[in-house]
Amino acid sequence: MDAFILSHVEQGVMTITLNRPERLNSFNDVMHQQLAECLKQAERDDTIRCLLITGAGRGFCAGQDLNDRNVDPNGPAPDLGMSVERFYNPLVRRLAKLPKPVIAAVNGVAAGAGATLALGCDMVIAARSANFVMAFSKLGLVPDCGGTWLLPRTAGRARAMGLALLGDKMSAEQAQQWGMIWQVVDDAELADTSLTLARHLATQPTYGLGLIKQALLASETHTLDQQLDMERDFQRMAGRSDDYREGVSAFLAKRPPQFSGK
Amino acid sequence: MSELIVARHERVLLLTLNRPQARNALNNALLEQIASELENAARDADISACVIFGNDRFFAAGADLNEMAANDMPATLNDIRPRLWARIDAFNKPLIAAVNGYALGAGCELVLLCDTVVAGDNARFGLPEITLGIMPGAGGTQRLIRSVGKALASRMVLTGEAIDVHQAQQAGLVSDVYPAGLTLEYALKLAKTIARHSPLALQAAKQALRQSQEVGLHAGLQQERQLFTLLSATEDRQEGINAFLQKRQPEFKGR
Repeated sequence: MDAFILSHVEQGVMTITLNRPERLNSFNDVMHQQLAECLKQAERDDTIRCLLITGAGRGFCAGQDLNDRNVDPNGPAPDLGMSVERFYNPLVRRLAKLPKPVIAAVNGVAAGAGATLALGCDMVIAARSANFVMAFSKLGLVPDCGGTWLLPRTAGRARAMGLALLGDKMSAEQAQQWGMIWQVVDDAELADTSLTLARHLATQPTYGLGLIKQALLASETHTLDQQLDMERDFQRMAGRSDDYREGVSAFLAKRPPQFSGK
Repeated sequence: MSELIVARHERVLLLTLNRPQARNALNNALLEQIASELENAARDADISACVIFGNDRFFAAGADLNEMAANDMPATLNDIRPRLWARIDAFNKPLIAAVNGYALGAGCELVLLCDTVVAGDNARFGLPEITLGIMPGAGGTQRLIRSVGKALASRMVLTGEAIDVHQAQQAGLVSDVYPAGLTLEYALKLAKTIARHSPLALQAAKQALRQSQEVGLHAGLQQERQLFTLLSATEDRQEGINAFLQKRQPEFKGR
């Protein structure tokens, strides 16, 4: 079977490469299934402490492969909701629930679900030549893969509307200026910078990082009161972690901490 | 290791379902143990409340299907299970379910039987009996509809699909939701808060709450008033009011 997803684990980092370069790494069903297998491994394996997602070739991901949907303009209406429910929604939910950092290294064009997938990762580093295209509106569709939730929260309502309604290309630098992504680097530096960040995160207190991630995501829908309760609960749990103990011991002993992630 | 772990936390009895290999399925033996522990606790003046907990992945994932499959109609007619459930239901002190993970079938029915329910954020509640060609047989159709209303109860019973903890809380099946890692702790804290109050007042209040399911409002109000009047004859009532007026902690004696 074709390997549409390449993955390997090294120094606590699972690198996932979307690998259909001749189709700009656009998604088909098999690719979704292979990605789901990788995520299953990332969820179960405690030695994996950071996830790094990137694309092979010149693109990051062009979203859904329209060829794969077999859209016959004369046939009955397709059920696009089915692939959203079956593939994209579980993917976004799993990445959001994964209690470890997920980094997107956006190496080239990220369009449609590819753009919303990338922007939804916990930290996004983009190559200077990369760009993001909310291509959905030009086909009569709605931003999926979390797009309509994500855009107003990362870009603000006015910019989200413009991006989603127009579907124009947004440069990586624009995305950074608007605070939608973490960092832009020169193309040649993308691989090194993102891997360095991923390896750094993989040595950090993973359990605590996972709680931070859950708390920040939950804040999107919480009131201040709910969030304060959540902070109390998460701090209570974090305070019992091995890594907190280690962090305090290392601080008092003036030595670098050795975090286990637990 | 026993299939029901019994522990004491001050005035709170903690029962932990412990059949992990069977996803805490409630077979007759386990129900029997729960019933007898609760009967002992009912007589024990040092216990004021009880918490039932499973583990982080399962509260209880149903009844024991092997046990049930072996029963034909006559055997089901004379099944001991309804009597076991009735003994559990007869417990006269506050009973709290602390639910992490799945509470399905009989597990969900045990939850519904409890006075209040706190749950972890990973909890799920469902009555999948219908998918097996049967139906809830221990209060599932009766207690669920009283707590969540007709539409959701019918949906759950007729589809067999489970609901998540947030829907369960919205619908009134669950009172509090916590991160799963803290569910038991918070349940015990809640139980200890309850257990600080006068044992007789707790019993009377529980009885009034239970009776509200049995009689009309008028009769319910009358029964409530009788129980209220009953408490006025207790030493603990005097102590409770005195302690409040004197701004100190009450010391209840259970009489």
